[in-house]
Amino acid sequence: MSSGRYSGFRLLREAMAGHQGWRRAWHPAEAKPHYRIAIIGGGGHGLASAYHLAKTYGIRDIAVLEQGAIGQGNLGRNTTIVRSNYFTAPNIRFYDAALQGWERFEQELNFNAMVSQRGTLNLIHTEGQRDLFARRANAMALEGVDAEYVDPAGVKALVPLVELTNARYPVLGGFLQRRGGTVRHDAVGWAYARAASDLGVDIVEHTGVIGITPGHPITLSTTAGPVTAERVLLAVAGHSSTLAAMAGFRLPIETYALQAFVTESVKPVLDLVVTYGGGHFYASQSDKGGIVFGGATDGHNSYAQRGSWPQVEETMTAGLTLMPALSRLKVLRQWAGVMDMSMDGSPIVSDTPVPHLYLSTGWCYGGFKAIPAGGLVAAHLVATGTPHPLAEHFRLGRFRAGAQIDERGAGPYPWAH
Amino acid sequence: MLRIPCPHCGVADEAEFRYRGDASVTRPPADAGVDAFHDYVFLRDNPAGWHLEWWQHAHGCRATFQVKRHTVSHVIAWSGWPGEAPP
Amino acid sequence: MTGRRLTRAARIDPAQPLSFQFDGRAFQGVAGDTLASALLAAGERVVGRSFKLHRPRGIVTAGPEEPNALVELGEGGFREPNVPATIVELAEGLVARSQNRWPSLRFDLMAIAGWFAPLLPAGFYYKTFTWPAVSWETLYEPAIRRAAGLGRVAELPDPDRYDVRHRFCDVLVIGAGAAGLAAAARSVAAGARTILLDQDFDTGGGTLLDPAWDPWRAARLAAVSDCLLARTTAIAGFDHGVVAAVERRVGGQRLHLIRTERIVLATGAVERLPAFPGNDRPGVMLAGAARSYLNRFAVAVGERVALFAGNDEAYLAAFDLVAAGVDVLAIIDPRPTAAPMAAARDAGITVFADAAVVATKGRTLGQITVRLSGGQRRDIGVDTLLVSAGYSPQVQVASQARVPLVWRPAIAGYGLAPDPRWQAAGAAAGVFGLSAAAADGDRVAGEVLASLGRASAPGALPDPAPSPAGVAIFEVTAPGKAFVDLQHDVTADDLRLAVREGYSHVEHAKRYTTHGMGTDQGKIGGLTGSAVLAAARGLDLGAVGLPRMRPYTVGTRWGALAGADVGVAFKPERRLPLHRWHQAHGAVFVKIGLWLRPLVYSATGDTSWGSVLDEARAVRQAVGVTDVSSLGKIDVQGPDAGVFLDRVYANTFSTLAVGRARYGLMLREDGFVFDDGTTSRLGPDHFVITTTTQKADEVLLHLEWHLATVWPDLRVSLASVADHWAQFALAGPRAREVLAPLVDIDLAPAAFPFMAAGAAVIAGVQGRIFRISFSGELAYEVAVPARQAEPVWQALVDGGARPYGLDALNVLRVEKGHCTGAELNGQTTAADLGLQRMLKKSGDFIGGTLSTRPALEAADRLQLVGLRPVDPDRRIRGGAQLVCPGATASIGYVTSTVMSAELGGWLALGLVAGGRARIGERIVAASPVYGEWVEVTITSPHAIDPDNTRVHA
Repeated sequence: MSSGRYSGFRLLREAMAGHQGWRRAWHPAEAKPHYRIAIIGGGGHGLASAYHLAKTYGIRDIAVLEQGAIGQGNLGRNTTIVRSNYFTAPNIRFYDAALQGWERFEQELNFNAMVSQRGTLNLIHTEGQRDLFARRANAMALEGVDAEYVDPAGVKALVPLVELTNARYPVLGGFLQRRGGTVRHDAVGWAYARAASDLGVDIVEHTGVIGITPGHPITLSTTAGPVTAERVLLAVAGHSSTLAAMAGFRLPIETYALQAFVTESVKPVLDLVVTYGGGHFYASQSDKGGIVFGGATDGHNSYAQRGSWPQVEETMTAGLTLMPALSRLKVLRQWAGVMDMSMDGSPIVSDTPVPHLYLSTGWCYGGFKAIPAGGLVAAHLVATGTPHPLAEHFRLGRFRAGAQIDERGAGPYPWAH
Repeated sequence: MLRIPCPHCGVADEAEFRYRGDASVTRPPADAGVDAFHDYVFLRDNPAGWHLEWWQHAHGCRATFQVKRHTVSHVIAWSGWPGEAPP
Repeated sequence: MTGRRLTRAARIDPAQPLSFQFDGRAFQGVAGDTLASALLAAGERVVGRSFKLHRPRGIVTAGPEEPNALVELGEGGFREPNVPATIVELAEGLVARSQNRWPSLRFDLMAIAGWFAPLLPAGFYYKTFTWPAVSWETLYEPAIRRAAGLGRVAELPDPDRYDVRHRFCDVLVIGAGAAGLAAAARSVAAGARTILLDQDFDTGGGTLLDPAWDPWRAARLAAVSDCLLARTTAIAGFDHGVVAAVERRVGGQRLHLIRTERIVLATGAVERLPAFPGNDRPGVMLAGAARSYLNRFAVAVGERVALFAGNDEAYLAAFDLVAAGVDVLAIIDPRPTAAPMAAARDAGITVFADAAVVATKGRTLGQITVRLSGGQRRDIGVDTLLVSAGYSPQVQVASQARVPLVWRPAIAGYGLAPDPRWQAAGAAAGVFGLSAAAADGDRVAGEVLASLGRASAPGALPDPAPSPAGVAIFEVTAPGKAFVDLQHDVTADDLRLAVREGYSHVEHAKRYTTHGMGTDQGKIGGLTGSAVLAAARGLDLGAVGLPRMRPYTVGTRWGALAGADVGVAFKPERRLPLHRWHQAHGAVFVKIGLWLRPLVYSATGDTSWGSVLDEARAVRQAVGVTDVSSLGKIDVQGPDAGVFLDRVYANTFSTLAVGRARYGLMLREDGFVFDDGTTSRLGPDHFVITTTTQKADEVLLHLEWHLATVWPDLRVSLASVADHWAQFALAGPRAREVLAPLVDIDLAPAAFPFMAAGAAVIAGVQGRIFRISFSGELAYEVAVPARQAEPVWQALVDGGARPYGLDALNVLRVEKGHCTGAELNGQTTAADLGLQRMLKKSGDFIGGTLSTRPALEAADRLQLVGLRPVDPDRRIRGGAQLVCPGATASIGYVTSTVMSAELGGWLALGLVAGGRARIGERIVAASPVYGEWVEVTITSPHAIDPDNTRVHA
C-alpha cells in the first residue's frame, strides 16, 4: 500500500484525525527467492539506484537487501554537505548532475529533505591555494557551473565568525559556490525508500548477505536464505571489500573511519558551509541550530564506527582557529562512519571480474553529495550493462590503465586522500 | 587514541607514528610486469578483522615495523620487525 | 513561591551569602549552592522554555542530565549558552538568563507554537514546505532557523584558557560516590597508580545525602586526596584504555587525556522520567533530585508534595521530606504492594497502590489526577510531584569505548559485559543503596588489582544495609501529552506515529522524532522512549534497546576539546636559521606550509612586482643570494648507497663520480612524479640529497620505509640533516667573483665546473659548495652548519650579493622553466614535464613498471609548456584554464605565472594537452571567475638560455 502523497493539506487533514491515518513510508518486505536485480546495501546509493532502476529504467523486480535498518551507515553519519566543485570536467559534470538532482529532489520525491542551497565557501590562505582554487572555479565556470571569488571583506560579510587576520594562516579570500549547501541526510534515505517502495521495489531490511556465488543468475546467501538475481549491484560503502571477497576478487579500496561532530543548538550564526584551507575542517549550521563539522579520516584502516583522539584534536583546533568565537559552544556528539577510500580518491561505478555483478563504491568521504547522480549512473550500468556517459571515467579498469582520477595528486595512498 | 607498541621504544600514542598501510603485500620483482605491480600498488584484502600493517615511529626512533591489529576492535595482537612473522 | 530554604544541616554554608542575577532580577543564594538550588530556594518554578513548543519548564533534576533548566551564563566573551543550572556552582555576581523565549520567560510569544501543536507532530517538516520549489530557502527555512536553536554563542573572544594534560595510571576510577571512593581507596592502598575523577564540586556522590556517611567519606577522601580530580567529568572513552576528562578550573578548563590499564566505572545511575500526561509541568521533578535539594542544599522543593514512583528507593525522598516537615500528601505507586508502603503509611502518607497519575494541571503544577486501583479518579492539589521510573546505570563512557552492553531485565537497564579493561561498580553496575555500592566498589577494586598482579586488602565498610529493590514503570497510557524528551518536546504519541510510519527501529525513531538529540542527550527519557517503542512494536524493551552511545557524556566546550593549540599556535611555525637577519633587513615573510620565508626584501613592506623584479634583475645582471635552508636534506651513507639511490630515483646515481652532483627525479610506485632535487656524491659511500621544502618529511619517510621493508638487505643508512645545514643559493654572472675570495678551493670552471660538489671552507666556516643552479645563472649553493650561517651569509652580502626572496626566485625559475610543487602536483609524469629522457631504460626503480601503463604514455596528456601573452601588457592569471579560441573545453591550465625580469611582461608555465607539439599555437588563458580571457602563445618552457650556456660560465 502506498504511503500517500505528502502535502500541507494532508498534514491538516491528518491532524484533525489525530495523525492516525499516516501509513508506512516504505513497505517492509521479506526477500523473495528470485529477483531480476538485487541491490546489496540500503544506504543512499543503494536506495537511489533502486529508485532510478524502477523510475528511469522501468524495472520493478528489485530487492534492496540491507543487513540492518536502512540508512544507518554513512548516509546517517555524514556532515550533509552538497556541492559540485571539482577540478576536472568529467567530475564537474557528474557532481553537478548530482547537485541538479538535489535541486529537483523534493518535487520529484514528494519528500522535504530540506535541500538548502546556502552556499559553500572554500577559504584560501596562501597565494598557491588562491591559484589552485581559482583553477577549480575557472574549470567549473567553463562547464557552466556557478563559482565566484570572494575577497576578505566579502568573507567577513558572509561568515562573520571567521577570524581573518590573527590566525595561523590569514584568510586571503574564498571561492563560493552558491548552489552548494546542505541536505537533511536521514530524510534522503527515507525519501528514496518510500519512492522505490511505492514503485514496487522490495526494501528488505535486517537481511545480510553472507555469500555470493557467481553464475547466472548470481546466488546470494543471506541471513534469510538464498536469493538469486539476474544482476547484482554492490552498494555497501566501507564494506565493499568484504562483499567483493565473497565473490572472489579484491578491490583498490581500503576502509577508514571518518569522524563528524555536532554542537548544541544555538541561534543562527553560520549561514553557509565553510571550509578552512589552513587545516582540514568544514562546518555548517543545521536548521535545528547545531554546528555540524568534520575533518580528515583517522588515517588507518578501520571498520569501527568510532574515531580516535588525534583527529578529534586536529579538527577541534582547526575549527577554533578559524572561528574562535565558538570556543564556549558545547560539542554534544562525535561519531564516525567507515569510508570506502579508493586508491585515487574517486568513486568506482563499474562492472567487475564477475559477470552480472556491478559496483558502486569508492565514494570516499564524498558519497553523500553524489547520491542523486550516483543512483542514476549505477542504475544505468546495471540496467544496460554499459557505463552511463557521466560515469565512464569511474570504471574499475582505470587503475590498470593508469587513468587514475587523482584530484588531489595524493597518490595511491588511501590515508592521504 | 591507539596505543602502538613500537618494538624498539615500547607503547606510545598513535600521534607519534605514521601509518604506511597493508604489510601483507610484497613488492614484485622488477620484471614482474604491469599486472603484478598493479595488484601490489592498488589491490588490498582490506579485511574487517586482523590486519597486518606498517607503522613508522616518525616522532620517535623512526623505525618501521609491523603491527597486527583488528580493524573492528582495534585490539593489537602483535608487533614486530620487518621480515618477522606474527605468531 | 513554593520552594524554600530550610534551617538544617546540609552541604551549604548559610554564613556565606552570594548575590546573583537571573533574567535581570537580583537573588541571593549561599556558598555550596548550585544555580538551580538557589533558584528553587527562592521559589522560582519556571526557568526555561522548551525547544519546539516553547512550553514553560521547571527544574527536573539535580545534575548534568537536566533537560529543562538551561541558562545562558555570563556577559561578553564569557557568554555561554545552554548551561544546565543544576551544575552551575553559584558564585558571587553570577549572571544568568533564561533562553529561547521572546520577549520574556513569563510571556513567550513563541509559545504560539503550542496552538499549532496538532499540526507539528514528529517529522511534520518532511511532509510539507515543498511548495513552491524555491520557497524552502527563501521563506520557510529562515523562519525555522530563527525559531530553532536555544541560546546564543558569544561574539567575542573567549577569555578562558584551555590546556591538555597527559596522564598515565594503572587504575582509573570514574565517580567518587560510595562505590568509587571505596574502589579508589583500595587501589591507592595497594600501591597502584590511581586517578579518581568526580564531576561534582562537592565530592562524595550519594554519600553527600546522608550525614551518617560523613565519617566514612572523610576517611576515604583523606586516603585518595593525592589522586582525586574534582569538578572533572569523564567525557569520552576511547580504545586502548584512553579516557578523556574535562576539569572545570578557575579561569578555564583542562582536558586530561588519561591512559590507563584498568577502569572502574563508578558513575552511578540516572533516575528516569516516567511518561504520563502532563509530565512536563513545572513542579514535576525526579524524586532523587528533590532528595538532593533537601539533604545537600537544605531546600524544600515544594510545600504540598506527592510522589509517583514504582521503585523503593524513590520512597526515600518522601521519607526525608516528611522528616524535614514538608507535607507529603500522597504516594502513587503502580505496584499492588511494595515493601516501603507500610512505612510510608506509618509516616502518615496516603499510599495509592496499583495507581497512576494520569493528568496534571496549572501553569505551574497545582493539581494531579490519580487513577486509582479500581479505575476511579481522584484529584489532589499539590505544588510538586516527585517522579521516578527507576535508574539507568551510567555506562556511556565504557560503551563509547566499545565495551558491549548487556540488557538486565531485573533493573530494566544496561550493564557492562565482562571486559578485560572496564568494570562497573555500585549503581553503575545496578547495585543500588550506599552500603551495597561501597561493598561492590571495594570488591571490584580487589578484582581489578588482582588482574594487574597486585594483592590488596578489603577496605573498611559501613554496616551492610539491604539494597532497595523495585521494578520501574515507564508509561501511563492516558490521553494527553506524555513527554519522553522534555527538551525537544517529543511525546509518546510522536514515537507511536514514528512506528506507524515505519520509523520503528530505535535509530530511525530517534532521527525522525529527534528523541534524545538535545543537549541533555536524552538521559532521563531515553529508555522511557524505548519502552514506548517496545510496547508499540510488541517487543521486549531489551530487544529495542537504545540508540548507540557516542561521546560526549555531557556537552563539552569546543575550547576544552581543542586545548591550547589554537589560533597562532594551531601549527608550529618554522623559521630559517637566519630568520632574524632577514627580519632585520626588511624581509617580508610569507607562510609556506609551516615555514616563514622571505618573500621579498623591502624596507617599506612593498611587495609589488617592482621590488621583486629589482631583485630578480640583480641576479640576472650581477649577483644575488637567497636562503634555501628549508629544503629537505638527507644524508645517505653505506656501501650500497648508490644502488639504493638507483632504485628510489628514476635516474642513475651509482655512476656519479665523487665530487659531482646530479639532478634527480623520484617517482611514486604508480609511476607519477613524487619529488625532485639534487644529489651529490661526497665520497664513495656518501651521498647527500636535497628534496623540495614541501615534501621534505614525506621523502624521508618514503626512503626509510622502502629501505626497511623492500630492500632491507641494502647496507645503507639514512639521516635527515635538513636542520643541520643552512643553505644559500648564490646566483648571477658575478657569483664566482663574490665567492672565490671567501673559499679555500679553486672555483675556476675547469677546477670546479657546473655540477661539481665538495667540501670547502667558506668565510672561515667548514661547509660544502654545490655548483648547481635553479635560476639558470652561474650559481653556487653554499651549505654551512646552521649555527655558523650568519657570518657566511654576511660575507656573501658584503661581497656584493643582493639578498632576494621567494618571489624573485620564482621569477627566475619560471623564466628558466624549472618546476616546483605547482608542476610536480602529483598528477604529472616525467614525460609530462619533458623529463622523459631521465628515466632509466633498465633496472629496478620505484615507479618504473607502472609508468609504462598506457594512460601514462598517451599523446594527449597534459605537457609542460611556456605561455606568453600575445599582448605583453595583459596579465596571465594564476589558476587560469586554457582553452582553444572560441571554445570552452579545457585543454589544460596555468601552473605558475610571473612578471618576467628579463623578457618584460607576463610569463607563465602551464600544462597543455599534447602541448609540446603545439608550440607557437595561440590559445586563451581563461579566468571566467575573474572575467578575464587573455590570448596567449604556447612556447617552450625554457624562456631564457635554453642551451644552458650561463650555468656553465
